[in-house]
Amino acid sequence: MTLAEILLGLFPDGHAVAVRDGLVTGSGPFGDGRIHVVGVDGDAPLGIEGALTLSRAVLDAVRAGDVAPILVAVDSDSQRMSRRDELLGLNEYLAHLAKALLLADRSGHPTIGLIYGHSAAGAFIATALATRVLAALPGANPSVMDLPSVARVTKLPLEKLQDMATSTPVFAPGLDNMVATGAVHVVLDPGKPLPGQIGALIAGMQPGDVRDRLGEERGGRPVARAVAAAVADQARLG
Amino acid sequence: MESLTFRHTTKTPLPGTQPSAVTGVVASGNLEVLLERVLPPDACEVAIDTPIAGYGDVWAAVVADFVARAQPGGIRISINDGGARPDTVSLRLLQGARLMEA
Amino acid sequence: MAGDRAASIDPDALSWYEATARQRVTALVDPGSFREFLGPTERRMSPHLPLFDLPRAFDDGIVIGRADIAGTPVLLAAQEGRFMGGAFGEVHGGKLVGLLRAALDLKPRAVLILFDTGGVRLQEANAGETAIAEAMRAIVDVRAAGIPVVGLIGGRAGCYGGGGLIAGTCSRLAVSEGGRISVSGPEVIETNKGAEEFDSRDRALVWRTMGGKHRRLTGGADAFCADTVAAFRQAAVALIDRAPAFDLAGLEAEQARLAARIARFGDCRDATEVWARLGVNDPATVPGMDTAAFEAIVARVGEADHDAR
Repeated sequence: MTLAEILLGLFPDGHAVAVRDGLVTGSGPFGDGRIHVVGVDGDAPLGIEGALTLSRAVLDAVRAGDVAPILVAVDSDSQRMSRRDELLGLNEYLAHLAKALLLADRSGHPTIGLIYGHSAAGAFIATALATRVLAALPGANPSVMDLPSVARVTKLPLEKLQDMATSTPVFAPGLDNMVATGAVHVVLDPGKPLPGQIGALIAGMQPGDVRDRLGEERGGRPVARAVAAAVADQARLG
Repeated sequence: MESLTFRHTTKTPLPGTQPSAVTGVVASGNLEVLLERVLPPDACEVAIDTPIAGYGDVWAAVVADFVARAQPGGIRISINDGGARPDTVSLRLLQGARLMEA
Repeated sequence: MAGDRAASIDPDALSWYEATARQRVTALVDPGSFREFLGPTERRMSPHLPLFDLPRAFDDGIVIGRADIAGTPVLLAAQEGRFMGGAFGEVHGGKLVGLLRAALDLKPRAVLILFDTGGVRLQEANAGETAIAEAMRAIVDVRAAGIPVVGLIGGRAGCYGGGGLIAGTCSRLAVSEGGRISVSGPEVIETNKGAEEFDSRDRALVWRTMGGKHRRLTGGADAFCADTVAAFRQAAVALIDRAPAFDLAGLEAEQARLAARIARFGDCRDATEVWARLGVNDPATVPGMDTAAFEAIVARVGEADHDAR
């Protein structure tokens, strides 16, 4: 689905969501109130200015005090890779955006990620992965790094990696693997109305971070939850 | 990966009361040695995981030399190898034994 | 557990950059106070690295536990930059996330993270990436509970990729000259955008674009340390006592701070131009300055100290 199709599905009566330079901000009617929308469209890379535009929109929503849900819609490239972005401290800008979303969540705004295209690396962490519930649409393609690049870094043949990717979700790009890892909570049905599906995600939100439990149940991250739990046990015993 | 295990009998137990120690880092040309005082006082076991296959004879010689010098009775030694040279392996084993004696 | 030459570690003499994670932890905290969680004897190793014919580490490249520092209880995590570049794998990430979650129960005076990481471990990329997101959420929870999270950065792997984002989530950061903080590493930028965008072999360019002095001058870090464990210890103790709260006011201040940085330096090509605009008289001399001379410069730069995190 394209962003236009998503917005049409979410807001059949119209909305005030704008896309500028690949950055999505605005809001539309949702249930008895409104839903804020922020995001990245068109496979755009996320750099320092973009991160700051999105964090401004999120902080404005928090300051408004309406505790309306915030939808983070993502079809992005990775972080913008440039000397200038790093010179000016890209890590601070991306972390700031993630912190704004986490603050919104703590302040009572349900935060829902919606990945409908690509996303990778720092851009993925600062946006969709900083929400409480991350949903995907079929065809979405989240990744950390594409397989040819993994082949370059690990010095393993691409054919071997492609073979391993079919049985080992922990390293391979793609939506199914991110679902198995627990990073993506649910894949939505594009044939059903979106407002109802988003509304159900908001109604079903659980406290805490359930991603490692999902990863254990789905087999994509077999040991992370048990490791974290064992740390907590030993810490308590002292 | 290749796994190797060597078992030796020692004349004496390794002195000291330290229950466990670790030394070294798994990195290229380096290795990590974990020592645990869990065996009968005249027994020593060395288990190695190495990414470089085919050097079993070299490992056997390095371990035998270490056992003869340190008499590490009672100690189970586990090694994660990152492709270390034999002299580095000897150095780390002796470092580990000294930590256990402290 | 006896660590690397534990008895003989002198924090004044030990180089942070050269030390292993275990040596840093042992020398950083009060002598004998460190208690490790999931130590090497438990062999919580990566279930994935054998598929790639790669050796594992008994602690998966991160040492975690509790200790006292200057008499106050802290939790701490130390990444081993020499094992797989200190990168986040499944177990490695799970240990950090578990430690941060435990802080909510234990309520230590602070959590210290000794970063030394290239980012996500590619062989376990999805697990590493998700763990980084979990760690950031957990840090925000810990900070909101009033517990400072202080990052210490000066290892050979630097603090790259998702590690840079986690660092940006902390209450305070201390860096040394060698402590590079960045999202895309020099090699990643060069591979994707070409050597004319970033020549990764130009080490001086790397240090002044991402290194500790540049981050300190521009407010990306809150303390600058000489490359000794003693200096990091002193910085950690001081930073714990002046950690900012995590709230809307703090993030509004950070928004303004980061916007002002783009407005003031957005057209700069090189760090030396940034330093000149900050009022540094002879920016070319900054990389060669010793700690005392550099501290004197920092004291005159308004951007360096703030609570906007």
